[in-house]
Amino acid sequence: MIEEKPKGLGAHLVLAYPALMLAIFFIIPFGIMVAVSFFHREIGGFYLPGFELANYRNLYTALFGRTLLFSLFIAGLSAAVCVSIGFPFTYFITRMRRQAQVVWLVFLMSVLSLSEVIVGFAWSLLLSRTAGLSNILVWLGLMDKPVAWYPGFMALLFGICYLAFPYTVLVLYPPLSRLDPALPEASQTLGASPIRTFFTVIVGSLRNAIVASFVMVFVFTLGVYLLPQILGRPRHWTLSVLITDQAIYQTNMPMAAAMAIFFMFVSLLLVILTMVIGKEKKAKSA
Amino acid sequence: MANLTLENIHKKFGSVVAARDVNLELPDGQFVCFLGPSGCGKTTLLRLIAGLENPTRGRILLGGENITQTPAHKRNFGMVFQSLALFPHLTVGENVAYSLRVRHVAKATQSERAAKLLDLVQLTGFMDRHIAQLSGGQRQRVAIARALAIEPQLFLLDEPLSALDAKLRESMQLELRELQQRLGVTTILVTHDQREAMTMSDQVVVMGPDNRVHQMGSPLAIYRNPVDKFVADFIGSSNLLDGLYSGSREVTIGRTRLVVDELPENLSSGMPVTVSVRPEEILVLPGIEDKENRLHGTVSFIRDVGSSVEIYLNCNGVQIISQSTPKSRPEVKQGDQATAVLPAAACIVLKS
Repeated sequence: MIEEKPKGLGAHLVLAYPALMLAIFFIIPFGIMVAVSFFHREIGGFYLPGFELANYRNLYTALFGRTLLFSLFIAGLSAAVCVSIGFPFTYFITRMRRQAQVVWLVFLMSVLSLSEVIVGFAWSLLLSRTAGLSNILVWLGLMDKPVAWYPGFMALLFGICYLAFPYTVLVLYPPLSRLDPALPEASQTLGASPIRTFFTVIVGSLRNAIVASFVMVFVFTLGVYLLPQILGRPRHWTLSVLITDQAIYQTNMPMAAAMAIFFMFVSLLLVILTMVIGKEKKAKSA
Repeated sequence: MANLTLENIHKKFGSVVAARDVNLELPDGQFVCFLGPSGCGKTTLLRLIAGLENPTRGRILLGGENITQTPAHKRNFGMVFQSLALFPHLTVGENVAYSLRVRHVAKATQSERAAKLLDLVQLTGFMDRHIAQLSGGQRQRVAIARALAIEPQLFLLDEPLSALDAKLRESMQLELRELQQRLGVTTILVTHDQREAMTMSDQVVVMGPDNRVHQMGSPLAIYRNPVDKFVADFIGSSNLLDGLYSGSREVTIGRTRLVVDELPENLSSGMPVTVSVRPEEILVLPGIEDKENRLHGTVSFIRDVGSSVEIYLNCNGVQIISQSTPKSRPEVKQGDQATAVLPAAACIVLKS
């Protein structure tokens, strides 16, 4: 039997620093938010400490319900779009020469340096009637007159995907580059066409990575709150926009906190559900 | 089943040549080994046959039909990869039945055939196991069963045994050979291990670091009659002695005259040659004996490993190794003067 050497204080001290940072920057603010969600709102003022469920009860409105569903819908849709484009895209990058891979990855990283604000305004300009891309198509003779492609649902979806795409690729890149190149070759020698190989072997053996990147993009896009205001119409506003509105413009902190916590629980539930379905599918196919 | 023919196959990767003007005729139903040091292009040749690479020029014919441009998934060959390339997300049964699933064979037939193949490789009852739950040798067997599922016209193996430990490798070699003989499938195995090639194959194709095929023949024919210095050195161990052909079946090595039985064609007097003699053909006698086909020297080292004895003899700077069985244990010690006898029949003359 090998007995584990008792760890000295030093070994535990190493963990103390991240634990402290986690407490200061994550657990304490979250605790404050939970507490505030039960506080009493003072109209015209701020809030008073207390314990009441009124904030949660006030969530039960048609607007909140519709916005919640829309937020989850657009996050799910953009995650699906990002993964279904990002997966083959990343696969082709990993099959390139090393230097070409680096160029592509640096390019994607540079997109990450753009903030949501810059992305939002840049695309609102590019999709506009007066100065947008449609002018180029008119100049090329492909269109009769310039049109406005924003604000609207497609513009919003496009903007969110543009923002989330580099993250998708970065999450998918490590597992795809580790994929044994003999796997698709084996599949071909066994009689599967390249397309069939892609779906049965490459997608199949990387199902976990696909679920993980889907969940990552889903959660990431739930937090987008500027793009809906820039690229969407008011009916395309997500819950993040409503929370910002409550917190900043209505100074209703308890309501904003209650919304945020409720929203967090619903999305957490969905994420767990996705993971469970992913696992079950695997267990079934096994 | 049909003969496989490679005609002037040439393959370049950028400016690097991987296979140089290869011409081969592989007979039906035989076990063929591509043998050579690493980087000699043997794996490239196998991948060309499998359709995973396209030759820069040349043709590949199967039973007279040109298959050079046929994509890998339409060739109906079974291949076992060096990394085995088992699908990690599928069970053993699903891995084995993959080629049948791709061909839309009925589900019941698939599992029936998979079970039969698992019996064949002695993995009965492993159908529902996961790949991660198997040992190295078991994975090997799954990979073999998977490649054989469609009854391939050609069975290709790319150094599949290199990851196994020595004991398991030897038993897998015998098993694989036995399996091949039972099924009668034309098999090509790529290996750098000459012992492995000698154990398993009907025909050995020896490739050299110049990416050419040097010799093709049965293992014993190649061992006994290597065509050049490289083959003599690579297959088994050999004593290579540089000398000059002095005419009338005689080679001069230093001051020693060596009478030989056979000579290569077109050899004229005064040409430089290399004489190859296998260690087990050389007899070491104590003392100095002055006759033809005798080399004198000092015993520099004796390696006695029990099952065989090797004597290292230093003959004026030329090292001669003799190998014998302990039954004929030599009467020499380290530091003794001794004579090596090189029988005329054992001296193979190679043009330098």
